[in-house]
Amino acid sequence: MKHIKNIQKPCIRKGENTACGECQASCQSACKTSCTVANQKCVKTAK
Amino acid sequence: MIHAFEYRGTYLVLDVESGAVHEVDKPSYDVISAVERGNAVNALPYSHSLIQEIMDEIEELRKEGVFDSPAPKAPYADASFSPIKSMCLNVAHDCNLRCAYCFAETGEFHGGRMLMPIETAKAALDMLVQRSGTRYHLEVDLFGGEPLMNWEVVKGIVAYGRELEQKHNKHINFTITTNGLALDDEKIDYINREMFNVVISIDGRREVHDALRVTPNRKGSYDTIVPKAQKLVSLRGDGEHYIRGTYTADNLDFTEDVKALHELGFEQISIEPVVLKPDEPHAINDSNVDRAIEEYDTLLDYVLDQKKEGKPFNFFHFHVDLDNAPCLAKRALGCGAGVEYVAVAPNGEVYPCHQFVGDKDFLLGNVLEKDENGDVPLREDIRQRFASCNIFTKEKCSKCWAKYFCSGGCAANAHKLNGSITEPPDVSCKLLKKRTEIAIGMATVKERE
Repeated sequence: MKHIKNIQKPCIRKGENTACGECQASCQSACKTSCTVANQKCVKTAK
Repeated sequence: MIHAFEYRGTYLVLDVESGAVHEVDKPSYDVISAVERGNAVNALPYSHSLIQEIMDEIEELRKEGVFDSPAPKAPYADASFSPIKSMCLNVAHDCNLRCAYCFAETGEFHGGRMLMPIETAKAALDMLVQRSGTRYHLEVDLFGGEPLMNWEVVKGIVAYGRELEQKHNKHINFTITTNGLALDDEKIDYINREMFNVVISIDGRREVHDALRVTPNRKGSYDTIVPKAQKLVSLRGDGEHYIRGTYTADNLDFTEDVKALHELGFEQISIEPVVLKPDEPHAINDSNVDRAIEEYDTLLDYVLDQKKEGKPFNFFHFHVDLDNAPCLAKRALGCGAGVEYVAVAPNGEVYPCHQFVGDKDFLLGNVLEKDENGDVPLREDIRQRFASCNIFTKEKCSKCWAKYFCSGGCAANAHKLNGSITEPPDVSCKLLKKRTEIAIGMATVKERE
């Protein structure tokens, strides 16, 4: 393509309806307010 | 839904529902921005053929499912089936500081000063394990007030947790959130050995920290805390930790506070906006939020400059991991407050999260009050309200491009500022969106920086 270049593949639907729940609760990750869920890792894929 | 934005001279387009990111040229950015805002593309200063070329490329991406893709089906959320995997233990409703912006009434949490007895803590851990279902990884954050004020109980909780791990085949990640004032060599050694993560609160520059984080006799705490925090971090090695600060309306030049922390040798830094009602002293509100948003660009310059100079550090809110990102269910439910995450007060009362502690409207139960089966009954109607409160059900969030990154924001902040857990405050959303644009930009354009 001449005008548009994809630089990041889709990531939102990963694990759709297959949540294992083993990841860290987001508010516990580093701070106790204004957490950003997306800055966490999936414990399965990050291994 | 798509979102077009500029990151340091690079034009980016996020396909909201898939998470795909595209880099586009200026004419495409203008065309896509016009479409995003519902404006006519014919009014743009580009030839018809150029606009058609761009529209053809958009159509191709649309067919591939990476441009304006449809929303996924909402994950089913029923609190009654959800295990509890994470617990905040307020081991001390007391504090050795009197920070001006404290959400917990400087440790009292609307209920007077109290330390958690070990038997209450054990009952809380029992409930966590009993309600954790098949979850192997559990989390317990030792919180307050100031948890170091109840140190022997902290150690007792960890020891009991280790027993439960063996007995029930679980792994508990203990974390601690402290102001650092009472740290000593024994506590540093113990924390570095036993805690999966440690968060130490320092606001940045000495004058900024000491203006609000004061002792009961109104003295600043910076000079006592900083050397202790440095020692803990230096001995911690690669262990997870954060130096966490709060910025307020008084230090909207908070890049200087991040710099100050970095110059002290800290490399894991989180500085966050204070959450106060708009008319309270120090509040970030409509009158100053744009200044705070601008400051994130200044902070980004500093982060990238330091990286170039070989002194990189992690600023918590500028990081997203797009390749190993959380799954859809996690993004939908967010922090899990009231559903998979609860907080327990020193008297055993259970609340949806630490910020609701003391608010009787959100009291879920008490770990000391068991039914005939030995289980702790919880208010499932309140838990279900939290389970039902997600980015697919909140009207404002369902239309927002940032929803999969913030997961709808903090329910407690929404309740505090807007009186409803389903209505995120505009100021928080604006700040979150700015940080998210930067984080996406850093993650995708990084190879050129």
